[in-house]
Formats: sequence, structure tokens, C-alpha cells
Amino acid sequence: MNGLVRRVGLSLLGPVLAVLVALVISAVVIALIGQDPLEAFRVMTNLGDSPSQQVQSIVVILNRAVPLFLAGLAVAVAFRMGLFNIGVEGQYRMATILAAAVGAAVALPGPLHLLLIVVVAMVVGALWAGIVGVLKVTRGVSEVISSIMLNFIALGLASFLLTGPLRGSPPGASIVTTAEIPESGRVPSLNGLLTALGLAAPRSGLHGFLLVAVVVGVVVAVLLQRTRFGFDLRATGLSPSAATASGVDARGMVVKTMLISGGIAGLIGLPDLLGSQYDYGTEFTAGLGFLGIAVALLGRSTPIGIALAALLFAFLDRAALPLQFADIPSSVVTIIQGTIVLAVVIANEIARRLALRSAERAGAAAGPGPQTDGDDGAPPPRAPDGGQRVHTGVPGGQQGAQA
Amino acid sequence: MAPADSPAARSAAGDVPLAVELRGITKRFPGVVANKDIELRVRRGEVHAIVGENGAGKSTLMKTLYGEHRPDEGEILVDGRPIHFRSPSDAIAAGIGMVHQHFMLADNFTVLENVILGSEPTKGGRLDRAGARRRIEEISERYNLGLRPDALVEDLGVGDRQRVEIAKVLYRDARILILDEPTAVLVPQEVDELFGNLAELKREGLTVIFISHKLDEVRRVADSITVIRRGTTVGTADPRTTTAKQLAELMVGAELPTPETRESTVRETPVLQLVGVSVTDGGQRPVVDDVTLTVREGEVVGIAGVEGNGQAELVDAIMGLRQLTAGSVLLGGEDVTAWSTRARRESGVGFIPEDRHRQGMLLDAPLWENRILGHQTRPPAVKGPFIDRRGARTDTARIMREYDVRAPGPDTLAVALSGGNQQKLIVGREMSARPRLLVAAHPTRGVDVGAQAVIWELLKDARAEGLGIVLISADLDELIGLSDTLHVMLRGRLVASLDPRRVTPEELGGHMTGARTTAGAA
Repeated sequence: MNGLVRRVGLSLLGPVLAVLVALVISAVVIALIGQDPLEAFRVMTNLGDSPSQQVQSIVVILNRAVPLFLAGLAVAVAFRMGLFNIGVEGQYRMATILAAAVGAAVALPGPLHLLLIVVVAMVVGALWAGIVGVLKVTRGVSEVISSIMLNFIALGLASFLLTGPLRGSPPGASIVTTAEIPESGRVPSLNGLLTALGLAAPRSGLHGFLLVAVVVGVVVAVLLQRTRFGFDLRATGLSPSAATASGVDARGMVVKTMLISGGIAGLIGLPDLLGSQYDYGTEFTAGLGFLGIAVALLGRSTPIGIALAALLFAFLDRAALPLQFADIPSSVVTIIQGTIVLAVVIANEIARRLALRSAERAGAAAGPGPQTDGDDGAPPPRAPDGGQRVHTGVPGGQQGAQA
Repeated sequence: MAPADSPAARSAAGDVPLAVELRGITKRFPGVVANKDIELRVRRGEVHAIVGENGAGKSTLMKTLYGEHRPDEGEILVDGRPIHFRSPSDAIAAGIGMVHQHFMLADNFTVLENVILGSEPTKGGRLDRAGARRRIEEISERYNLGLRPDALVEDLGVGDRQRVEIAKVLYRDARILILDEPTAVLVPQEVDELFGNLAELKREGLTVIFISHKLDEVRRVADSITVIRRGTTVGTADPRTTTAKQLAELMVGAELPTPETRESTVRETPVLQLVGVSVTDGGQRPVVDDVTLTVREGEVVGIAGVEGNGQAELVDAIMGLRQLTAGSVLLGGEDVTAWSTRARRESGVGFIPEDRHRQGMLLDAPLWENRILGHQTRPPAVKGPFIDRRGARTDTARIMREYDVRAPGPDTLAVALSGGNQQKLIVGREMSARPRLLVAAHPTRGVDVGAQAVIWELLKDARAEGLGIVLISADLDELIGLSDTLHVMLRGRLVASLDPRRVTPEELGGHMTGARTTAGAA
């Protein structure tokens, strides 16, 4: 039990350390631009004076956290297998615009309509990510390169579709959008739940998609930690060679993992699409895919960690507006987020070394006498992704040993 | 080699300052004391052997002496003067050179380029090749190393590469050479050549510190011996008056186990048949060439060969990790050539990989997850599509108990275990699935003598119960001792089949280098 507490403590150490370091650095930056850091932090943490304002702030945070959480999950699933899916941005954009178009084009009874939109989004996201997986296993293309390039293609393609075949807004409108999704395809807000809890009704609705996100989080957690498939996936991430030798089909795993990652990525745009926007347009929330990488890093690729990280990022995002009201540049928020990501990379590595050391101590306490020779060198280099190694080479295809 | 003209014999103690003296060296790593109160006295101009089991702390000690890390306690004296090394370059400046077990040579460079790499002679700002060549030829002549300065290192054999490593050290004016397990990669004939070179070095007044755990070799070449056990020096011995048995007892504190199995348990039913199996490396070069062999129930088929002659690729072919270009693999009479690795493992193939860190374990995962690795589709580790965490933990605890894996518990990370304990876990895991064929590549490599004995016993017991074993090893005694049938692999081909009851390590070594041939084989 003590060991469990210790391990949990160590895994929390990295992110907490990172956030603290980021706050210190941000305070210095705020002070340098001639503002009072304490005042800035006070503004950021002030959720409002009246209960209804506070509930409203929390709803804004939650509504922002849901897509961030999904984005983090999408990135983390690939991370755990050792794949860098940087293409989440493009995957969710493609998924959202096509889901919006399909949703607006059909008329079905409520739950079916909704289900269709969700399925379309997941399939499109999965297929777009699947391209990356197929390129990697058939042609050996690094998933980093191909997913970045597919981002550009996706953004361009989405713009073309939006202004061309899928345009729903009247010509001459300043904001180009797809046609609006009818009532049957929308997700109701959870405001009823809030008032039932005795809270003041907020001005904007709490996304009903929050519940879907929770379910997705639980499913991903079970999939990764409790299933054979998840074991194969994590084993491949920890050591591709050992996984292959154990009978894991590394190529198949690459494709399957990219499909799952892309499928989750397809959901990212849906909270906003089905909960508040009801169409996809030039003003649709952008950048969630890239933020997802930061969230996954901060959350160390575990669903609970990602949830906490998504809440933190959402909290910081909400602070942008009040900061502007207080005449403090809202880019303070971006600075804090950026330094958190940098700091988390370093802090995770420190925490990993501490964990390793404590494991070695535990092993040595039980082992007979000294440990083996040669195990005392520097730890193997790690990619800064929360303790999982990220391999970008094609699994399999080892060259023969030479004498 | 007769130790008659040993300078060590002539120089009385205290007469000349010692070449190297270590006093009370202690080196700790987090949670581990790797070296404790090491006392070492190496006389000038002698070959001094340091023997000890794997994991006894020899390499740590040599890293201390070569300046790769600093001791926590104790003194290093070179030529009677106390010295503090901050890095290997300090050690080199003090005349200490190290020949690593794993060669550190650039394959696509010539011998000359490799020797001067890192201390290039310049003349007017340009590389002085002529000067370098003169010095290398001089060194080669003086110590009888037979170097060809313009040969590409990739074209050289293992023995030649080692001589290049020695030349590198001599080129930097080392007077004290540390050789870390220099014979581990050599066949007996090459060992003899190496010992000839060492005699030359000694004749020229150089001091050699020779690390090994092969007692016969040590007794042949060394003028004096220091024994290390569990991180500390337990005594010195005179090779002329000490028997290998006495040395071994000093080294392990117990009697040496033997790998020998003599009563044959071979049955008729074949478990594994390879028919004309060929594998190429990425391009056209065949690395396994038309290999045909049969493993029967209760039979250990040993495959001897200098490393890199296709053994690793043959293992990959049996495990389904590599595509065959020709031939077929039959498991219990069934053609499994097109089967995946997982299907082969499910049908009863156990695998002890050559490199346990690369292929056998998830170092950053707990032991119970390592129990599942390779058995993801079979109980007790899984229930349907789900991982059975409790079952895996319980079974890991059982393996730890039955196979003497020393670790705090199933939740310990694999990386925290010593090599021997990791290997025992792997062996236990593979045996627990009751395989009918076991592919064991170097099953006792990097494992201490105690664990080695346990693993040998396990293999013998399993064989008696009808397990077929493909054994690949670089340890000729292990091969000869355990095998029922012994094949020699050279350049991808099986070039000889020998009777392990009659063959000597020297004969086997001859076949491995191609010096000896049997009829019909090239």
C-alpha cells in the first residue's frame, strides 16, 4: 500500500512541478511587461462574484475542457503505442465538417440522427488517421511527417468543401458555414441537471456531450489497462522488439491504433457542433488538435491525468477574457500554457528517473548483494512524452547482426 | 604458455613501485554497493587477471580505474603516485588504456583511420597520414600485431578487430592495458593468438589487466590473479599453484555446477523440422542458407557458431519473426511456415531470446505484466479479451517462488532486477506454458553462476519430460554439455554435425572458424 502511495506521488510529482515552474516563469514574464503578477493571478482565479456568475464560469470551463479532453485522449492512445499522432487537428476538422454536412442533410428521429452524426465523425476521423497508419506500414513513412502534411491537406480540403459543395450559408454572408443541423441532431444541454442540483442556471448551456466524453474516457481506460488489445498496444509502445517477439503483429497494431486515435479525434469537434454551434464554419474552434498534444503530455497519457490537464487548460483559457477586462494582455494565458508544456517535458523526465531509482532501490533491497555490472550507465534516452518512449521507425524489419 | 620468464617473478615486492594499486575502493550506486573495499596490487610488467562471476563488480571496478566514474571512497595509485581521474582522458594521459568487450570501431573506416580516430596527428593543419602509418607499422611490428593499415575494418575478423583495438590503445602510449573479457567473442584458436600478443606486450614491459570469468584461460595467461566476489576482493592467487577448482570456489564460494547431461532422453517423434530454410538480409545476401535439421522430443539440438553466422536469423525464422525465402518450418509435422509468431507461440513454442532486454522483457513494466508478455492469449494471464490481473499476479508470485526470482513482488518494475533474476523470470514464464519446443538463445548469457546452474537444471528437467530444445550458445562448454546433437553454423550454413560426447572445445572451435571441415561440407 505504501508503495502504491509512493508511485502515485511520483506520478503526480512531474505535472505538479511543471505547473509550479510555469507559474513562476509566467510571474516573471508578467512582471517584466510591467504588470503585477499577483493581480493577474487574482483575476484569473476569480470566477465571479455572484453564484450565477460562478456557475457560468464553471460551465465555460467544462465546455472548453470536454473537447480538450477528447483531443488529449486521441493523442494519448497513439502515444501509448509509441506513435506521434500530430494529425489530430486535421482529423477532427475533416470529421466535423463532414459530420455537420451529413447531419444537416438528413432528417431522422432524435437518437438515430445523433448516432449517425457521431458515427460519421468517428469514421471520417479514423479513415483520415488510417492513411497515416497505412503509409507507415506499407511505405515506411514516419507518422510525424505524414500526419503533419495531412493536416495541411485536411485544412485545405475543409475550406474547399465549406466554400464549395457544402456551403449552407447565404452568399455574401460574412461567416461561411455549412447548413444548420436540425433540432433532432442536437445534444440537449445539461442545465436541467444543474438546476436540479440547486445551482443557478447559467447563461449558456452545459454541453450534454460531457457525458459522452466521460464514457469515452472510461472505455479508453478499460481498453488500455484491462484488455489484451491494450496490453499489446502498451507493450508495443514500451518495446516494439519485445512486443513483436511476443507475437504482436506490429504492423497491424500501427493501423489499428491510428484508427482508434483518429476515431476519438473525430469526436473532438462534436461538443461544439452539437451543443452550441450546430454548423461548421470559418469561425469554428481551431487548434484543439495541437492543444491535445499538450494536454496528453501534461496528463502523462492516462485518462484521469488527461481529464485534469484538460480542466487546467480550460481554466486558463477562460481567464483570457477577464484578463483583458483588467487591462492585462490575455497572451499571459498562452505563455503559461507554453511554459507548462516545456516544464512538463523536463519534470516528467525527472520524475521518471526518481521512479526508476526508487524501483532500483526496491530491487536491490530484495536482491542478493550488488547488482550487475553495466547497468549503471545513464538511463536510455526517452522522448518527452510522459515516460512513454516514442518510436518513429517502422516496427519489424530489423537488420541482421554483423560479426 | 609457460610463465617461466615472468618479470613479476623477478621483481621483489616493494622494490619497484606497483603499476596500479587500489586501496579500499568503494563505489555506490543508488541503493546498491557495486564495489566495496577493493584492494588490488598490480606489479609492473605482469599480466594480472581479475576474475569473478557476472555481476560481481568487475566492470564497475574497471570503469573506476579508467576514469569513467569516480569512487566514493579509496585511493588509486599509478606508479606509486595517488591519482584522481575525472574522465577517461585523464586515465589515458596517465598511460592507462582500455580494450572494451564490445569493439568500438567504425566499420567503414580503415584500420589506420580507426587507430588515429580521436587523436589524429596533424602536420601544418592537415592530417599526417604518412606519420600515422609509420607509427602504426612500428607498433604492429614491435608487438607482432600483424596490422594492415589500409584494410577496411568491416572486412576484418573478430580477432583482427581486437588487435586494432589493442593498437588504438598502444597508439595513445598506454603502458597499462585493461582488457575487459577479451576472450568472450573469440574461438579457441583466436584466444591462442591473443595470448601470444599479450606475451609480446609483457616482453616489452607493459602491464596488462585481464578481466575474465574463464578460469582455464586465466590460469594459462596470468602471472597473478585477484578474485572478486559480491563486489569485493576476496583474495589473490598464484596461477601456478592454484587449481581451477580452487579458483572457482574462491569465485563463487561454492562448487562449480556442470552443464553435463549424459543419459539420452531422445524420443522418436519430431517436434521441429526445418527443411531447406533460407533467409536473406534486406538485400540478396543469404544469411541462412539451406538449413535442414530435426529436433525430436526430449532432444537438445545445439547450434554452435561464431556470432553473426546466421544463428540469430535462424531463430527469427523458427519464431516467425522473419520471412523465409525458401524452405519450410514444420511443427509436430504441421507446416507452420505461413503462421504468425503468435500462432506459433500458441501452438507450444517457448522462446528465450538472445537479448532479453530487447526481445524478452518490458523493462519499464511490472513483473506481472512481463508474465503476460508472449502469453497474451492464454490463461492464467487473460480471461477472454481481458487481462486477468489477479491471475497474472498470482502466477508471477508462483514463478518467483519456484524459479527463485529475487524481487520484492510482482509489482516491481523489471528494470530493477539483476540480469540473472530477469532471465530466471523469462525461463519460468516460458516453462509455465508447458511448451513442446523451446528456442533458447544464449540462455545463460550475462547470468551469474548460481542462476546458470538453476537454468541448466530446468532445461535438463524439461528435456527429460519430452521438451525439444534448440540451443544456441557462445559458451562451448554449455553447448557440448547440454546438447544431444550438435550442429555447427558457418556463414549461414550448417557445415558439420558433431557428437557432443566426443568433441572437444578446440575441435568445435576449429569447425566454427571453418579451419576444420567434414566431408561434403564447405
